[in-house]
Amino acid sequence: MLGIYRRLIGARIRSQLQYRLSFWLNLIGTALLTFLDFAAILVLFHQVDALGGWTVAEVGVLYGISCVAFALADMIFGHLDQLPEMIRMGDFDQVLVRPLGSLLQVISADFALRRLGKLIQGSIVLAVALAHADVAWTVGRAAMLVVAILAACVIFAGIWIALSTIVFWLVDSHEAVNAFTYGGNFLTQYPVNIFGSWLRRLVIYLIPLAFTAYFPALYVLDKADPLGFPRALQFLSPVVAAATCLAGWALWRNAVRRYRSVGS
Amino acid sequence: MLRLGFELARRGFGRYAAYPGATWAGIFTNTFFGFLIAYALLAVFDQRDSVGSYDARDAVTYTWLAQGMLMTIYIWGWFEVALRVRSGDVATDLQRPLDFQLYWLAQDLGRAGYHALFRGVPPFLVGALVFDVLVPGDPVVWLAFTASLVLAVVVSFAFRFLFNLAAFWLLDYRGAGVLAMVASTFFSGQIVPLAFFPDWLETLAWALPFAAMVQAPIEVWLGHAQGAELVGLLGLQALWAVILLGAGRAVLAAGMRKLVIQGG
Repeated sequence: MLGIYRRLIGARIRSQLQYRLSFWLNLIGTALLTFLDFAAILVLFHQVDALGGWTVAEVGVLYGISCVAFALADMIFGHLDQLPEMIRMGDFDQVLVRPLGSLLQVISADFALRRLGKLIQGSIVLAVALAHADVAWTVGRAAMLVVAILAACVIFAGIWIALSTIVFWLVDSHEAVNAFTYGGNFLTQYPVNIFGSWLRRLVIYLIPLAFTAYFPALYVLDKADPLGFPRALQFLSPVVAAATCLAGWALWRNAVRRYRSVGS
Repeated sequence: MLRLGFELARRGFGRYAAYPGATWAGIFTNTFFGFLIAYALLAVFDQRDSVGSYDARDAVTYTWLAQGMLMTIYIWGWFEVALRVRSGDVATDLQRPLDFQLYWLAQDLGRAGYHALFRGVPPFLVGALVFDVLVPGDPVVWLAFTASLVLAVVVSFAFRFLFNLAAFWLLDYRGAGVLAMVASTFFSGQIVPLAFFPDWLETLAWALPFAAMVQAPIEVWLGHAQGAELVGLLGLQALWAVILLGAGRAVLAAGMRKLVIQGG
C-alpha cells in the first residue's frame, strides 16, 4: 500500500519539478500568500501587547504549530477538495473498480508541492517565535512540540476526511467543508480563549481543533490555561488524533458504501 | 451598447445563480470566518477603547462588511482572461464586434450584483443578529456606499484584467496572479482594517489602488468620511478606476501586437 503511494506521489513530484521556474514562483507565491495570516496578527500586536493574555511570541508558537501541521495535512490530503469534481465527472466510479483503497486513490491523484511554501514559512515563524518566547526547554517540552505537530496534522486530516464525506450527498456544497479545514487552520492560529463560548465548546468537544495547537502549546510554554481546564488535557492530543482519524475513516467507509454514481 | 451591456451583465448574474448549493455553502463558510475575525478584533478592544477612528462596534461592522464584500469584490483567483489568452481563444474574442474590456466588465458587474445580494447580504445579517453592528440611518450614506461599492468592483475588475494580461508574455500566468493577490489582499484592508496598520504602512496602503477596492466603501459605511472628505474618497476611487482601465487598454493593445507577430 505505502509502496504504491510512494511511487504515485513520486511521479507527481517529478512532474511538477519539470517546470523549474514555475515551481519556484508558485512556492514563493504560496509562502507569501499564506504568510498574510501572520502579517495580520503582527498588525494586531502593533496595537496591543497581548491578545487574550498571549504575547506575540506565544501566539507565534500557536501559529507555527498550526501552520506546519496544516501544511503537511494539506499536502497529503488537500486533494480531497477535488472529490466533488471526481464525483460529478464520474471519475470516482473508476476509482471504485481499481484494486486499491478509494481514499488512497483520491488523495494520491495529486500532490501540491507548492504547499511546501506554507510549510517553510510556518517553520520559520515557529522557530523565531520559540526563540522569543523564553521556553524553559526540557526533554518533555521538546518531545511535546514534535508530538503536537504530528498529532495536529492527523487531527486536521481526520477532520478533512470526515467532513469531505458530505459531498457524497451534497456535491455542490463542498465549500462548506472549507470552514473547518482552512477555517480550522485560521482559528487555531489564535488562542482559543478569545472566541465566544459556543465556538470554544465546538472546538473542544465536537470538532477537536483545540487539541491541535492550543492545549499542547500551553504545556510547551508552561502557561496557565486561561480557560482553567485540567492539565491532563494538554497530553491528550495523540489520543484525540487517533479518535478523529478513526471517525474520519468510519465515515468515509460508510459514505463510499452508500455511494450512487451520477450515472454519466 | 447599453442594452448589450445589460444583457452581458444578466449573463454574468445568471451564471452564478445556477448553483444554489454552492451559494449556501459559501454563505456558511464566509459567516464562520466572519465570527473568527470578529472575535480576534474584539480581543484587541479588550485592551483599549479605540484604534484610530475605530471603536469595537466599528471593528465588528468592518468584519461583516469585509466578509460580505469578499465575493463581490472578487480579488481572489480570477483568471478567465488569462485562460483565454493561453488557449488562444482570445483571438476569436478580439474579432467580435464589441469592446473586449467592456465585454468582461459588463459580465463582472452582473456577477458582482449576484454576489452582493446572495453572498454579501446573508453573512452581514447573521453578523448583525449576533453582534452590535452599525447600520447607517442617513440615506446619503446609503447612496454614497452604493456608489462606492460599484466603483470598488470596477477598480477590482480593472486590476484583475490587468494582471490577467500578463499571460501574453508569461507562460505561467499564475505566478503573476498570486503576487497580485498577495498585494491586493493585504493592502486593500480585506484582512485587517488599514486603520490598524502602523502609520507609515497605512500611508503606503492609501497611496496604492487596493484601498479603493475594500477599505474605501467600508469607511463610507462607517461614516468616517463625510462632506468634502467623502467626495474626495469617491473621487479617489473613480481616479483609480480610470487609471487602471486605461492601463488595461494600453497593455491589451501591446499584447495584441505581440499576438499578431506570433500569429495567434
